[in-house]
Amino acid sequence: MIDFLNSIIVLLNFIVIPGISYGSQLALGALGVTFVYAILRFANFAHGEIMSFGSMITILFTWFFQSQNIGLGILPTALLALPIGIIATIILCIISDKFVFQYYRYQKSVPVVLAMVSIGVMFVINAIIRIIIGTETIKFSDGQKFIMKAKQFKVMTGLNEGLALKSSQVITILITILLLTFTFWFLQKTKTGKSMRAFSDNEDLALLSGINPDRVVFTTWIIVGVLACVAGTLYGLDKSYKPIIYLNLVLPIFASAIVGGIGSPFGAVVGGYVIAFSEIMVTYAYKKFFVYLLPSSIEPTGLVQLLSTDYKFAVSFSILVIVLLVRPSGIFKGRVL
Amino acid sequence: MMKFERYEWLAITIMISLFIFVGFVQGWSVSLVILNMCIISAIMTMGVNISWGYAGVINFGVMGFLAMGGLAAVIVSYPPISESWQAGGRGLGISFALLVLLVITVMYINKTIIQKRNRYILNSLVIFFGILIIRHFYLNATHNIEDVNPALEGFLGGLGLPIIFSWIVGGFFAAAVAFVIGKVALGLRSDYLAIVTLGISEIVVSVLKHEEWLSRGVKNVIGLKRPVPYEINLQNTDWFINLVTYLNASKLNNIIDVSERQQVLNNLIIDASGIFVKLSYAILFLIVMFIIFYFANKAQLSPWGRMMRAIRDNETAANAMGKDVVKQHLIIFVIGAAIVGVAGAMLVTLDGLFTPSGYRPLRFTFIIWIMVIVGGSGNNLGAIFGGFVIWFSWIEAAPLTTFIINQLTSGLEPTNALKLHLLDSVPYFRYLFMGLILLLILRYRPKGIIPEKVRHS
Repeated sequence: MIDFLNSIIVLLNFIVIPGISYGSQLALGALGVTFVYAILRFANFAHGEIMSFGSMITILFTWFFQSQNIGLGILPTALLALPIGIIATIILCIISDKFVFQYYRYQKSVPVVLAMVSIGVMFVINAIIRIIIGTETIKFSDGQKFIMKAKQFKVMTGLNEGLALKSSQVITILITILLLTFTFWFLQKTKTGKSMRAFSDNEDLALLSGINPDRVVFTTWIIVGVLACVAGTLYGLDKSYKPIIYLNLVLPIFASAIVGGIGSPFGAVVGGYVIAFSEIMVTYAYKKFFVYLLPSSIEPTGLVQLLSTDYKFAVSFSILVIVLLVRPSGIFKGRVL
Repeated sequence: MMKFERYEWLAITIMISLFIFVGFVQGWSVSLVILNMCIISAIMTMGVNISWGYAGVINFGVMGFLAMGGLAAVIVSYPPISESWQAGGRGLGISFALLVLLVITVMYINKTIIQKRNRYILNSLVIFFGILIIRHFYLNATHNIEDVNPALEGFLGGLGLPIIFSWIVGGFFAAAVAFVIGKVALGLRSDYLAIVTLGISEIVVSVLKHEEWLSRGVKNVIGLKRPVPYEINLQNTDWFINLVTYLNASKLNNIIDVSERQQVLNNLIIDASGIFVKLSYAILFLIVMFIIFYFANKAQLSPWGRMMRAIRDNETAANAMGKDVVKQHLIIFVIGAAIVGVAGAMLVTLDGLFTPSGYRPLRFTFIIWIMVIVGGSGNNLGAIFGGFVIWFSWIEAAPLTTFIINQLTSGLEPTNALKLHLLDSVPYFRYLFMGLILLLILRYRPKGIIPEKVRHS
């Protein structure tokens, strides 16, 4: 019985908790991509850089607050700086829309052209970030690092295995729940949310019904800005901030959005968790788990690892390819908010 | 067979004069280094241009195909390591045979069992256990191979042939990978296809990065044999010394002192050997570029090229006319990828080393796409022009930025924090330039600098 509990704790500690927090970050990112895809109808390659930009502003203000000795006690100071980061990200989104994307929207360009345009935007934001903050790895989480340390848990329960709970993970999960609830409430209950859904379902019909497209687009960019900045900051808080990582993060985010069914916000969230869990589960070495569960005579000798951790990113894409082959529309049939 | 318009002549003149300008300002060696990379970029751009410009098939897997070309260069030119083959050759053979067996079994199951659910379950079971068995042999074999002299080798090595063959082999490698990708993904909508090819190229690179028995992974393969002479050999060759003496006769004759004259001659020989090597590379690359350019143009003007344009402009209509759109898409995707693979092998040949971790999407895939868009999709001369101009500005962005920053901040103290920070981040301004160039071109000249010629025939 003790062994069974131990094995469960191993799974919780190394798969479930990291999976949920990484999945939440991916889900928020994928939700942003989905919004752009459903309303503006293009694949936004710049999304990773928008996330990175938001986290950069947050970091800059975190440093400012830290130098002024303003903090939140046990919570990271970054939470205080987050609203400023969000505002800056929204401004960035709206500027990029006004000066770049709007033109092509009015021209009714094909999605591929808009995707190319977003690559141009990606380069520009990328350069701005690197010029302002450089390419170094930055750790900016402060306050209490752990809510529960592995050792404390062992003492508390008397088990062999520890269960560590980082505060950044808990914050990630709480903020994600909050943000997702708000987003879905907004889409389902408010007038603006309903008009956005109508617009994504059938643009012409929505225009005929008197929905103002500019207003819908404006709201979309605000939501995208919030989601991107929060997702980026949470990822940076949980791991560490490095500008180049966000470019690599775009791929799993796209994978999440497509796997869930691109254009469907609920699908994007589910896709995020699917991708995160499969990345972690496929590359985790199960040796410890089986050592507890199986009698010592048939204990595994190897690491019991399906793929080495080097292939983390490859996993998300293999899943993407498999889903596209088996069920091209994604897990949830997408295209409508 | 082809006539250049006036603006096309202008573009060619601009390209040539850029290099002459750099040659006089920064030295001929720098100019030739940039020229060599420009030619390779132009070939990559032509590869992408063939699939995107001719048929509208998007290919964001440039990085993966380049890496396959690079792998070909290693496999063709590196001398074989017999110890590694002894250590792990058999295990690899067995696992490969088992893999083939597994694929055949799965295909057999797909054919015989009709009920969908049973087929899925059986297939997953077979694949799962098959992979477990294969992994056993495979891991042992690769482990043994990686243990053979790990500091220098630790991989299978290659065939020990002249590296120039790898240019063709690289094309075939990339084509093989492209065939698989195309079979899987080509039915998708264009923006999905972009994401999928981008992802698969990432997978290809991560395989090359981590399968050390094949490519030495992140430990890199260095010291690949060159197809051109080495500087140090040239400096001791009689005909080369005579050539340099002859070319600089007037300058040398003015120096009376014998030892000083020898000194000057030695310096001249060292400089000239570097330039000679780069020039020979440039000539080899130019030959390849012109061959590809010639055939690409031929193909574009042929009935096949016309069919491709028809498919690009109206897929449904082309389909209704009896053209096999799916097949043609696959063909053109593979051809484009093969050309990129050739460029990848050439790139590794030029560097003399293979560094899998150097393949990053920003540096390869996206820059190549900027070259295509800027040059003009659907026009091969445009592709070459885009490759030249973008690579040129990619390299020359740093000196230009330093100059601009120094001008703008000339009023500030040399120790001013802002000025120092800006000067530190000079290398990142090139991304800004690239982004702005792309955005401006897409806005004001969406067909590119040298647009596709509309033919009425």
